[in-house]
Formats: sequence, structure tokens, C-alpha cells
Amino acid sequence: MPATYEPIATTTLSSTATSITFNNIPGTYTDLRLVFIPIGSASMNVDMRFNNDSTTLYSNTVIYGDGSAANSSRAVSQSRIRLTDYVNVSSTPTLHIIDIFSYAGSTNKTCLIEQSMDNNGSGIVARYVGLYRSTSAITRIDLLNLVSTNFAVGTTATLYGILKA
Amino acid sequence: MPSPTYTLIASNTLSTSAASVTFSSIPSTYTDLVLRCSFVDAGATGVQPMGAGTYGLRITGVSGTTSQRFIRGNGSAASSSSISGLYMADINGTGSTFTSVEIYIPSYTASQNKPISSFSAAEANATTAYISAVAALYQNTSAISSFSLDLLGDSFAVGSSFFLYGLKNS
Repeated sequence: MPATYEPIATTTLSSTATSITFNNIPGTYTDLRLVFIPIGSASMNVDMRFNNDSTTLYSNTVIYGDGSAANSSRAVSQSRIRLTDYVNVSSTPTLHIIDIFSYAGSTNKTCLIEQSMDNNGSGIVARYVGLYRSTSAITRIDLLNLVSTNFAVGTTATLYGILKA
Repeated sequence: MPSPTYTLIASNTLSTSAASVTFSSIPSTYTDLVLRCSFVDAGATGVQPMGAGTYGLRITGVSGTTSQRFIRGNGSAASSSSISGLYMADINGTGSTFTSVEIYIPSYTASQNKPISSFSAAEANATTAYISAVAALYQNTSAISSFSLDLLGDSFAVGSSFFLYGLKNS
């Protein structure tokens, strides 16, 4: 019997990588929570894709602040959900907390994304809402770094399953 | 029966006002920490935004460079700013309702700098209220074994409550 809040899988990179994949996600939970702490060494875009699906079924809206101004933007018909684009500095981890709701259901999938990246003088704080217009259950999540820089050693990602009862 | 992964480490509900609340001897057996607080600033009146040297819920008792930036909505506009220090939330003062805040501290035992996130709401059914999200950085590669919370010289009112949870990834 699954617990209410249970780790499904966790990864800590011992060597650099361009992606992290969670595959064969069981459909026994209600929601998923992904805690992702990438570390980079240069400019890095971080994206998330479900079920290895690169069609344009993704969209997101974001509100964010950089310490001097607040803004909001949106991206539609994307091939992935952009978690962040920023210049990351080595040894400064960035926290992403991603809640994916009703991931095993037969409706489109929504997620809330919390991004916290402060670098003592630069950085961003953001909250995203993402949409994956697919009625298929999510069984795979890929975290992608689509620029040439790898995720650095020490990058961690943990996937939790949350059960409503 | 699976072992619990989201465990209450310590809690404190104030029966008398206090200038600070401390969590010490935090075990290193978890992966992340989650702190949930509900509090009133007994030295303030009404809802006040966090600001350097003025108001705010702040993490103290840690050594190292600390910084943060935040985004805030007040019911009519959004803004963003930054403060030196681990300011985590706007505050409700006496006569208002409690401020609610969740603070997430990942990888608190890892030998790397610690990113910290918080999300808070200071609502009072008034013309001014605040909802804020904070991204903070604690630059220290040592494990966190204790920390405190304060209100920049004000006191937490009776009934303020603090719950520290540990989260395991395996």
C-alpha cells in the first residue's frame, strides 16, 4: 500500500548529464511532486517534457520577479514546458518544486512550478502554471538542458507520489 | 507499511509572546526541511510589507552570506525587490489575522550553498494585503542543524505556531 507522500525515485548526478529521466512512473498515486535542484556552470535552459512527447502540446504562463521588476509572460504550442532560462553560477543550486496534478487521469494535465534562484545580486523568483494537452497518463518525465552546457555533478531530482487516500 | 517520508520534527505554539523561535539539534537524517508558520507580529499594526530593517519574518542564527529576492502582489499590482538577509514573509500586525507561510529548505545537509523558497499570505480584508514568493540563498556549505526566526525586534504574538517537517527522498 503506497504512503500518502512517498518517494518514487531520486537521482543525484555523479557525472555531468544533459538530461534526467524518470521512467515507468506507476499510476497508483493521485498527484506527483518533483523536487529538482539543478546546478550549472554556464547559461542553461531547463525544460520538462512528458512521455517523451515533443509535439506542440505544451503551454505555460509565468509571473516572475528579478529583484527590481515584476513581469508576466506566456508561451503557447511549445514542444516542452520551460522551467527556467537563466545564467546559473557554479555551486549555486536553483530550487524547482513541480506539482503535477491528476497525472494518471484521462484529462489534460496541469502543473504548478515554483522556481527559486537567488545569487546574491542576481536571480529570479517565479511561479509557473503549465499545461500538457494530452489525455494519456504520464509515465515518463524528462528534465532537459537544451543548450550545450550539462547539468553539473551534484544536481538532484526526486519524484514523489502523493495519494489522496 | 512504508516508512514515513514527511515527518514532524518539532513544533511550537506560543503561550506567551516571544522575540524569536529557535529550532535546534535538527537531525541530519532527512533530505529537505519544510517549515509551516502562522504568526502575528505583536509590535506592528495592520499588514506590513517585508523591508530591510522595518518588518518581516526573518531566518536568523545562521552564519554566512544571505540574500533574497521576492515578488509581491498587493491586490492591485505586482512588484519585485531584493533584501540582504533571509527575509521570508510580509507580516500581519496586531488587530489583523495571522500570516501564513511555508518555507522550503532543500538539501539542508549537502555541502553546497542552500537555495531557500517561501510563499506567504498576509490577508486582512482591508485595502492592503500581500501575497509574496521569495527566492533566497544561504551561502554556507555546512549542514544546517539549527536556525531561528525573528521579526526584527518585534515579538511573535500568543498563538503563533511553527511546525518543522523533515522530508526523506528514500
